[in-house]
Amino acid sequence: MNASGRVLTAAATSPSVSTRVNASGLLLVLAALVLAVFLLLPMGALLGHSVLDAQGNWSFQRFHDVLTAPGMADATWNTFWVALAVTAITVPLAFLYAYAIQRSCMPFKGLWRMLGLSPLLGPSLVGAIAFIQWFGTQGLLKSWLGDTSVYGPLGIIMATVFASFPHALMVLIVALATADGRLFEAADALGASRWRKFVTVTLPAAKYGLISAGMLVFAYSVSEFGIPKVIGGNFKVLAVEIYVQTVGQQNLGHGAVVALMLLVPVMFAYVVDRQVQRRQQASMTARAVPYQPKRDVLRDSLLTLFTATVAFAMLAVLGMAMYTSVITFWPYNLAPTLGHYTYGLADAGVGNAYLNSLWIALLTALLGTPFIFVTAYLLDKTGQPNSPLRSAIQAMASLPMGVPGLVLGIGYILFFNHPDNPLGALYRTFAIMVIVNVVHYYSACHLTALTALKSLDREFEAVSASLKVSRLVTFFRVTLPVCLPAVLEISRYLFINAMTTVSALVFLYSPDTLPAAVSILNLDEAGELGPAAAMATLIILTTAVFSLLHAGLTHLLLRRHQAWRTASR
Amino acid sequence: MSHLQVRGIGKRFGAFVALDAIDLDVQKGEFVVLLGPSGCGKTTLLRTLAGLEMQDQGQIIHAGRDISRLPPAQRDYGIVFQSYALFPNLNVGQNVAYGLNNKRQGREAFRQRVDEMLALVGLPGTENKYPAQLSGGQQQRIALARALATRPDLLFLDEPLSALDAIERVRLRTEIRKLQQRLGVTTVMVTHDQEEALSMADRIVVMRSGRIQQMGDPQTIYHRPANDFVADFIGRGNLIQGEASAADTIVHHGLSLQCDATLQPGKAYRFYLRPEDIRLLDPLEATHNSLLATVDKQEFLGAFTLVTLNPLHTGMPALVAQFSSNYLDGRPIEIGSRVRIGLPKERLHPMQEAA
Repeated sequence: MNASGRVLTAAATSPSVSTRVNASGLLLVLAALVLAVFLLLPMGALLGHSVLDAQGNWSFQRFHDVLTAPGMADATWNTFWVALAVTAITVPLAFLYAYAIQRSCMPFKGLWRMLGLSPLLGPSLVGAIAFIQWFGTQGLLKSWLGDTSVYGPLGIIMATVFASFPHALMVLIVALATADGRLFEAADALGASRWRKFVTVTLPAAKYGLISAGMLVFAYSVSEFGIPKVIGGNFKVLAVEIYVQTVGQQNLGHGAVVALMLLVPVMFAYVVDRQVQRRQQASMTARAVPYQPKRDVLRDSLLTLFTATVAFAMLAVLGMAMYTSVITFWPYNLAPTLGHYTYGLADAGVGNAYLNSLWIALLTALLGTPFIFVTAYLLDKTGQPNSPLRSAIQAMASLPMGVPGLVLGIGYILFFNHPDNPLGALYRTFAIMVIVNVVHYYSACHLTALTALKSLDREFEAVSASLKVSRLVTFFRVTLPVCLPAVLEISRYLFINAMTTVSALVFLYSPDTLPAAVSILNLDEAGELGPAAAMATLIILTTAVFSLLHAGLTHLLLRRHQAWRTASR
Repeated sequence: MSHLQVRGIGKRFGAFVALDAIDLDVQKGEFVVLLGPSGCGKTTLLRTLAGLEMQDQGQIIHAGRDISRLPPAQRDYGIVFQSYALFPNLNVGQNVAYGLNNKRQGREAFRQRVDEMLALVGLPGTENKYPAQLSGGQQQRIALARALATRPDLLFLDEPLSALDAIERVRLRTEIRKLQQRLGVTTVMVTHDQEEALSMADRIVVMRSGRIQQMGDPQTIYHRPANDFVADFIGRGNLIQGEASAADTIVHHGLSLQCDATLQPGKAYRFYLRPEDIRLLDPLEATHNSLLATVDKQEFLGAFTLVTLNPLHTGMPALVAQFSSNYLDGRPIEIGSRVRIGLPKERLHPMQEAA
């Protein structure tokens, strides 16, 4: 009866509905556009460029040229078998190391864990420089290698094992963290031997973690560019070939084709890893009882010995790089000096590189973190769950994990350096380096943000709406405080990676924007090993200090704002 | 005119019909329970009323105001979810006060309201605790206090008791019902638990596959289920079908049974008889609506015993009877023994045909 009259009142208020919905929808469209411009279009440019000939016509000429070029078959095969060797060494080492941390009563676990992850603090090149010092022509331990030169596959494998070890370790520590204690009790009750328990309970539970770590290390080795550049000698691999084609011979077309060849195995590893992770989620049930290792003298001492040996080797590598930076000339003049830090860096004209990197890393963390977190928030908490826009953003956010930095870098050159691109002004600026870093490391951060957001009750937004509290208020009062640890972790991850990365930036810097990690490469090329080690040490110290400050800040913030986490019943 | 009117609400998720032309009226102060198995559309209906889902068609009118297209914030309700959805980083006081506007009301009034709400749900003095420090039942009470703090005109409860243990569930359902009656707040609750529905509701709406199967007070729903689905979903029962031979008699496998309803002779009817409606008679008491049967199985369940009986009439399906312990009062039931049972005519209500 009078309902129809009142409909008018409702209709009058409805415009505010559409504005509210549009505000978050608009932001999401914006995020999608940003990702499309800075990820999809460069990748598209890469694909497009590889199937055009010099005149701009469709052709597979470039593929033909590259594939039949002398040395390409060797480079491909070398890349492949070196990656296999690195994976075969790193994964078992990291597994045993993680096993010792998670499944034994070894003392000082925190220390071992920190040492095991320490290679993350420096650029991957650190290992290469240190191994040259240890095993190179003038190396202290040269005799250990017999007649084999460290410049070549052996050096590449050793340095890559060192650099990829912490990545595998992180995955495996997580994989071994959750064990169902009931299974071990059942095995004990059935009288299973130690070996039998390991093979029938431990390994199957860690299976997905092992595959995941293997894929990660394989992809890491295939895409690693700095290590073979420094220690590879004349041994050809694809990643260096991209650099040679693009920077050395200025042949972008060939660079693009080689980049695609690199993309294939990395994408394959990435897809396998995604499938595996999807399965793993179902394998742990809510009823599982956490496994508590019991003291076992034999096992614990053997594992401690192993862990200490690996950790000591890590320290020897890091330490040698740092030591090189404070002595005059290895091995002839061991007099301590700070010369490499002062005139060594200044003479080479890379004095600003350190400050450049500090800026890039700070901006990457400060701008990347809010962008990534807000995008993940909009994706998870607003609007309709399965719209095409959302799926597109989700796909774009996951993609960078499967794209090596070098490949992304080539895509950026092709896209932003194109004369018709209105965004061309960005090329070789700080801005583009910050952007490429955010994009390059997007996936892991996105996953961290999404995991934190998904752990929130999905009805928070509904409850707020029913209480007439705006979404923005709930974001700042509840969502952000609860996700604070994840947000802090994202910023740390971005800073450290931006500080140490070489691969994408190597194509995008100008003399004014040279980043520190790339300058190490240039110094090494010029034979300036001392200043190169000095720069590496600066980076390591920076990331170490940053990690300490970050840990302190996190601790303070959590204590002040997160009392609820520790409140006891 | 009823307080909350739902007219022709329909909703699809792709090819799946979640709600199919739902009509529902809720009176002021009424406690309505939406009951059904998972996937029946009851939660979708509640979320549509709350504006958390948007219906494809149909109208929702609350207190004469068309709220069909309004966002949640412009509707007037409080809601409690199965997961409680308490903000973990805010203490109990801050949670309860979350929807209160402290600029408008002043700090003192604000604190008073929080105290009042905590007293109402029986947890005074807990305002400085964090949700994680409370038990599940306490958390649910706080969620209820938060939903009611803003004095909403409607209260929506989405499976509020499902996450609690059995004892807490029974205690809290009585408390919620009492509170609802005291405040007189119009309430719509969703549950899949028939006992919960029977014990709390003024009116039950049984749903299946996006459609309403039956609406009515708990007694009607229980004793006069409109169709097989409702009958099966709510409690156990015995299906008795036959053709009417007179206005008050049907023939069920050769046995004449009287009933209170008025029937059309020659037409087939179906009746639903609850296990506890079956009487145990003296074997010689060959009255109307009685028959002989052998005891096939019995299951002792403490307060009562479930007995499966095989009638002697050939072809008549087995009946399940439920005898409470004090009804039996020492009369032994032994497997294989022969008993006479009565099917009371006042309990035989013909079912409307399937919706």
